[in-house]
Amino acid sequence: MSNNLRFKTSKFIDETYRVSFKFNNKTYFGFKGDTLASALLANGIHLVGRSFKYHRPRGIMTSGSEEPNAIIQLHDNSSRTEPNVRATEVEIYEGLVASSQNCWPSVNFDIGGINNLLSPILPAGFYYKTFMWPASFWEKYEYFIRKSAGLGKSPKVADPDIYEHKYIHCDVLVIGAGISGIMAAKMAAKNGFKTLLVDEKSYLGGSSIYDNSEFSKINNQITSSWLEKEINEISKIENLEIKTRTSVAAFHGYNFLLARENLTDHLPINQRENKVRQRLLKIRAKKVITATGSIERPLIFDNNDRPGILLSSAIKKYIDLYGVACGENNILFTNNDTAYETAMSLIQRGIKINAIIDNREQIDSKISYEVEKNNIRIYKGYTVVDTYGYRRINKISIMKLSKDGQTVIGDKTKLNCDCLGVSGGWTPAVHLFTQSGGKLKFREEDQVFIPNVYPSDQISVGSCNGDFGLEEIISNTLSSIKKFLDIDNSEYKTVETISGLNQSKRNIWLLPSDKSMGKTKSFVDYQNDATAKDIKLALREGFRSIEHVKRYTTTGMGTDQGKLGNMHALGIISETAGTKMGEHGTTTFRPPYTPLTFGTIVGRNVGEFFDIFRRTPIHDWHVANNAEFENVGQWKRAWYYPKDNENMHQAVQRESKAARDSAGILDASTLGKIDIQGTDASEFLNRVYTNAWSKLAVGKCRYGLMLNEDGMVYDDGVTTRLGENHYIMTTTTGGAANVLGKLEDYLQTEWPELDVYLSSVTDHYATISVCGPNSKKIVSKVIPDLDLSDEKFPHMSFKNAKIDNIKCRVMRISFTGEHSYEINIQANFGKSVWEKCMEAGKDFNITPYGTETMHLLRAEKGFIIVGQDTDATLTPIDLQMDWIVSKKKYDFIGKRSLYRSDTIREDRKQLVGLLTENPEEVLEEGAQIVADIKKSPIEMLGHVTSSYYSPNLKKSIALGVVKGGKNMLGQKLIIPMENKNINVTVADPVFLDKEGERLNAKL
Amino acid sequence: MFLINCPFCGEREQSEFKAGGEAHIIRPKQPTELSDDEWAEYLFMRKNIKGVQFERWNHVHGCRKWFNMVRDTSNDQIKAVYKMGEKPPVKKNV
Repeated sequence: MSNNLRFKTSKFIDETYRVSFKFNNKTYFGFKGDTLASALLANGIHLVGRSFKYHRPRGIMTSGSEEPNAIIQLHDNSSRTEPNVRATEVEIYEGLVASSQNCWPSVNFDIGGINNLLSPILPAGFYYKTFMWPASFWEKYEYFIRKSAGLGKSPKVADPDIYEHKYIHCDVLVIGAGISGIMAAKMAAKNGFKTLLVDEKSYLGGSSIYDNSEFSKINNQITSSWLEKEINEISKIENLEIKTRTSVAAFHGYNFLLARENLTDHLPINQRENKVRQRLLKIRAKKVITATGSIERPLIFDNNDRPGILLSSAIKKYIDLYGVACGENNILFTNNDTAYETAMSLIQRGIKINAIIDNREQIDSKISYEVEKNNIRIYKGYTVVDTYGYRRINKISIMKLSKDGQTVIGDKTKLNCDCLGVSGGWTPAVHLFTQSGGKLKFREEDQVFIPNVYPSDQISVGSCNGDFGLEEIISNTLSSIKKFLDIDNSEYKTVETISGLNQSKRNIWLLPSDKSMGKTKSFVDYQNDATAKDIKLALREGFRSIEHVKRYTTTGMGTDQGKLGNMHALGIISETAGTKMGEHGTTTFRPPYTPLTFGTIVGRNVGEFFDIFRRTPIHDWHVANNAEFENVGQWKRAWYYPKDNENMHQAVQRESKAARDSAGILDASTLGKIDIQGTDASEFLNRVYTNAWSKLAVGKCRYGLMLNEDGMVYDDGVTTRLGENHYIMTTTTGGAANVLGKLEDYLQTEWPELDVYLSSVTDHYATISVCGPNSKKIVSKVIPDLDLSDEKFPHMSFKNAKIDNIKCRVMRISFTGEHSYEINIQANFGKSVWEKCMEAGKDFNITPYGTETMHLLRAEKGFIIVGQDTDATLTPIDLQMDWIVSKKKYDFIGKRSLYRSDTIREDRKQLVGLLTENPEEVLEEGAQIVADIKKSPIEMLGHVTSSYYSPNLKKSIALGVVKGGKNMLGQKLIIPMENKNINVTVADPVFLDKEGERLNAKL
Repeated sequence: MFLINCPFCGEREQSEFKAGGEAHIIRPKQPTELSDDEWAEYLFMRKNIKGVQFERWNHVHGCRKWFNMVRDTSNDQIKAVYKMGEKPPVKKNV
């Protein structure tokens, strides 16, 4: 397009390396070193997007991470597609594809632009106010609102890139590699501190690296030359690590910081294969030096958002760093001296400046005189009152400001331009400082918030600390760092600076207009389309807190987090409300400073590494035998073993029948196992379980129920006394870690006098449970030496045994109500013993069963599962398990709570059995239980906790909790479902073999 | 994320620890002799103050030891750590 926009003067652009890229389906060219923004500007393109609410045309506004408008969809239509990427940060590469967001059918002609015409009826809070009524219409509104909400498109397929996390420990972290950051890093590293210097840009030096002006010199050298030598020097320091393209996202307490390092985003796609795209750095620094610089403020005036309106500093950077002119007929609009630096950069290259509009009446600096010498008209004491041009600015109108700056006076003058640079002074980038918990103070003279109270070992230097002049920056950085690091040798003997700028500023938060407020559109938050009018409306409607105004107007809530306009919002609020700026504070800056991709956040924890999972020693056998698995805590447990195209129901029915008719085998290795030793072990168990343990003989097992101190059931399991002072406790699979934690808690903090030691041995043993009428025959084949007679080895006892010379423990305990044995053997022998059992059980149709069948079998017996039938609101009494609560024991965890006024209520929810009127009807777990469906509202009595079809009883069975259920035996209740009401009868929760004949049968 | 000085292991990341609520609440020796109100006081009532607070922490992914911590909840400054059974520092001195 316009070749006259590119100036071949930049050493940062490689003109021999032409790069082609696509934007909105058209091919353009740029050079290596360009950002997408600079390359588009070089092609004369300003209009890159549409605003969020009014769909107004928007152009590139800045040159960095603060960009509110130029947010684009990158890698359109590919698996790498990414929304809301700032074009000002994207380094171009061959083949880059990007497109505009929030417009249809195109950015040049956008149907949604009609919202701009409707804007008088779309004030702040429009959606809240309009879609409130009728309430029943919300679902219809929502469809349309959802469609119009949001900016880019999220990816629809898996991210092909690799991400990773890395921990970094350093003595000193320096954030930002401008003048202050580079000086700080050099001083720290040369004095022996292990130092890390990071900067979000691809180059070092910040904005000074392209400062070639005669008006700012260090040691009589042009700033950029001096800085280049410094950079060259620090790149050779051994204990200084430098990371560019690394943006600090979060600064947490105790100097813990998160940073994103971009590794491949600047490379052509075909060079990214097998490389890590982004790395999340988790940095723990002993000391942090924040040198994040400052962000130029825009000015708030009517129609201040047109394409072609940029920050003055951005225009300077585009010409100095990228050799790109943003316009051919420029106007600068400022309230301070920095715009004159931009003017000098343009003048140097012969780019036309039509005029400079300065809010100040008096301007007295060397640089301004120099600009005037170049025959550039400076309108002193003037302001821009309006701008013109739909897709690109083409005119502005200006008027004289009144003395107090509150109104405009005199005649209106129109001036032509194709680019307007604005400068409202500078805002220190204190985002990271406040994230870390730092407190700010407001400096009245130049209306900025600066760091005041540091919460950790850190310091802010440079313009993020409110030092704006070159001399101030350098001398304050030197003295602060010396003190902060406690060093004498500063590496800088004398640094002399010359600056042609002075720091005067005429700060007017909202510039006046000749139009009435209601007719203006002065944007404060460009991305979210919040105007000064909206903020005033919020105040009129009674909002006072800055946090409330923010949420009502959405000021500062876009992806740019209001980096440009937040200060103006605060200013307008305090001016309108007649309060002091310092009193409002700022809104809370939250991490991340710039958005992070989900890929960076999760790192390598994707796919099979998303969550760790635990496998039993017999896992491979289950896989080989077609098991379906269920996640229990972190464990993969065999759920059921489908045979010949069986579905789950069919498999479970077969497994359940086989276990009761002949023999079943279960992998119970996941049960928590805690080894308990010590002379006070029995006393300890007495205190943690509800029943008595002192009299349990060595070699015997006992079921125990553990409560919380509030009396609610916490865990259960069988504990075996292996020796005089030695027990092994089993816990539920999911509760193992918490039970150990709880026991340790009591042992260490309440009863340190007890001689008891706990250790988790869950992983040490494989546990194989063989049950059913033929279990005895099978186990006798596997362990022929063991006497399995009822006299020698009765129910609830344990024996040491050996299988092929390997020691094992065999318990005769049962969770199914069948005669059964549990073999515990060293984990690595688990699979071979399992296979031995399978072999021995061949003639008895030994059937492996999974957790689903286990649940069904125990439900037939009315055995509870903690966490399924209980939910931390049920006492043992509620569970009808009074038998396990010792009346004689003086104390145990939770005892006192069992007779609080609340726990002795008769109408508490209690565990009952439920039988359906139609025995084929299986209830849904979680279904509500009621008595009377005619009464309104219907009283909910409880819910179904477990429900199965029992093949052994040939009917549906269920457990549930029902208010006052204990006294409702035989009563009819109703389970209301979506399409029908199911009639049930309250029954005894033990459905099968209440007398225990199966358990005690002579086999 | 805090850096916690475990009295047994030294400085470790917060992610290795688990918070355990208010410290120095002693389980009554004879719960059965307490009224409902007295028992409820022990069972439910916990302070959650803005300022210096005494807390229990467990180095759950480390030595598994419980210990006490004095922390200013308004700025997350850890003022002191000490072992179970040790005398707590005087609040105004930390």
